[in-house]
Amino acid sequence: MAKYIVKRIAQALILIIVVACLTFLLMNLVPGGPFLSEKSPSPEVLAAMEAKYGLDQPLPIQLKNYIFHMVHGDFGVSLKMQKNRPVILIIEEMFPISAKIGLIALLIAVSIGIPIGCLSAYYRGTRIDSALRVVMTLGISVPSFVIATLLLLLFCVKLQWLPSIGLTSWQHYILPCAALSFYPMCYTGRLARSSMLDAINQDYIRTAMAKGASTKAIIFKHALRNALIPVLTFLGPLTAFILTGGFVVETVFSIPGLGRYFIQSILVRDYPIIMATTIFLAALVIFMNLIVDIMYRVVDPRIDITKGGN
Amino acid sequence: MIRSGNHIFTLHPDYDKLPEGIQFNEDDFLTASEEDKENYIEKAPAVSYWKDAWRRLRHNRVAVVAMLILVVIVLFAFIGPLFFEADYTTQVRGSENLDPSFLHPFGTDKFGRDLMIRTMYGSRVSLIVGVCASFIVLFIGTIYGSISGYLGGRVDSIMMRFLDLIYSVPDILVVLLISTVIKVPLQDWVNNSNSGLAKSMITLGPGLISIFIAFGLLYWVGMARIIRGQVLMLKQMEYVTAARAVGASRSRIIRRHLWPNCIGQIIVTTCLQIPSAIFLESFLSFLGIGVSAPMTSLGAIAADALSGIYSYSYRLIIPSVILSLMILSLNLFGDGLRDALDPRLKK
Repeated sequence: MAKYIVKRIAQALILIIVVACLTFLLMNLVPGGPFLSEKSPSPEVLAAMEAKYGLDQPLPIQLKNYIFHMVHGDFGVSLKMQKNRPVILIIEEMFPISAKIGLIALLIAVSIGIPIGCLSAYYRGTRIDSALRVVMTLGISVPSFVIATLLLLLFCVKLQWLPSIGLTSWQHYILPCAALSFYPMCYTGRLARSSMLDAINQDYIRTAMAKGASTKAIIFKHALRNALIPVLTFLGPLTAFILTGGFVVETVFSIPGLGRYFIQSILVRDYPIIMATTIFLAALVIFMNLIVDIMYRVVDPRIDITKGGN
Repeated sequence: MIRSGNHIFTLHPDYDKLPEGIQFNEDDFLTASEEDKENYIEKAPAVSYWKDAWRRLRHNRVAVVAMLILVVIVLFAFIGPLFFEADYTTQVRGSENLDPSFLHPFGTDKFGRDLMIRTMYGSRVSLIVGVCASFIVLFIGTIYGSISGYLGGRVDSIMMRFLDLIYSVPDILVVLLISTVIKVPLQDWVNNSNSGLAKSMITLGPGLISIFIAFGLLYWVGMARIIRGQVLMLKQMEYVTAARAVGASRSRIIRRHLWPNCIGQIIVTTCLQIPSAIFLESFLSFLGIGVSAPMTSLGAIAADALSGIYSYSYRLIIPSVILSLMILSLNLFGDGLRDALDPRLKK
């Protein structure tokens, strides 16, 4: 087990380095390279940049320098958004805001999505099931910006119940979190439904029924526990969804988080921020996948991932 | 098997109970004549795979409704603009920011462009992006998956490791990164060359091109996995062994024997790729990274409407509803298609 965890962590770290290298190499396709803005910089700045990143040296050495600095927490300085401020400080400032909203949304998604999916599986083939399935399919078909803007329109513009912009009181959290959690909630619900259906059809459920266990015990003790394992594996992709949704939701509700900042840096082409944020967010998703893999193993001892079988 | 009047039953009273009150005559136990034998054979006409699938699809009410909605949207997007002289760039001075009226059913925007015509073009862009991106996925995924599955062994495991690697990279970041990177080189290339290809490239804009690149780089992974699974199963079949025995080449076996047998899966997976591509396109266009103005898409129209949300909320609602309806119908139709083409998968 310990060996497996160490191996998995090593794999994840290598993957992060690979992603960082690819990001750097891709960004070097930009004319002039990523560290110099399109306008010609002043000689001092140019000299400082050349000294730091060795811009006059061949690409592999530049790459090595960038990765070296990255590992030491130095992602360079912002070129346009907050001129000359270290990117790492910007991420440190912005990320907690996004993480807070993302975590709340994740909790909402899981704590509502799983019960809905189980309910739907329990009442399979009935009207309740069809109604819930329609809602869930609708949920994965409506893009997050549609949900976000329609919520904004309804609750801020028409009804004027909730504030629309910023993040200063608890009321500010309601709409962004609702908008962000809708898609993952429905996705979790669909997954929970199908894995619950799988679990219900297993032999041990029939055994439990045969020995006269109550419906409650069968659902909560036998079915749900096993049904939750596939849902757990979904936590990795779920994080990626929240990330994607975050870009839109933070933009619509003008939340000063990392997602909106990333999109703005893309629009004004602030390359060091784009590179750093890409690597940071990719590392986040890879890290979540790592946790899921390890948890998967802990929760379900039947799965022996070290041998690579199913 | 014996026959009495209209009843046919086996001579296994253990599990096939004899109906009560039936009298048997001696001629019930006679050998069947040639004429009787003829009558036993069912007279139903042979049904092909496609006919069978179509019959199943037709009886799926949800899928039929979804299909009709899709037909309406496609007509709206592709036939609709033919009835108007104006296109998505035509600006009419003096009719800026009009409310919906008979002349402009969806109103006009702040430049005096008719929003219904823009919505038509926007839907068209979304549909085209969806279909083209899915074909990229179809092309790469099918070939990669079938090679990996058919060759098996070490080649397969290396190819699958590569898939795992791609799978663990967050796709949205790659799309954003590529669109950032190709913007300037694309602009330069278009400025320097006058070919038709360059012109159409700039109409699409770097955002859409990066979507295609990202689909080519990343999104075929799911398709490749599904096809590999199918091929792994199908290559054990006797007809593959027979084909190999008569000396058919690998590529011929894959093309003539394996692909036709996973056609159902291929179609369904391609079909379900379309909504996810539309999803991605509208997401990027909404954030201002997708289509470049003056070309438009449903996401871009919704983003434009956001600034006037207090006065013109319908401008936001119309593209949002069309987009959601489009993706929902594609998802439902894809599900229906899966049930029709591959009934074993139905849950």
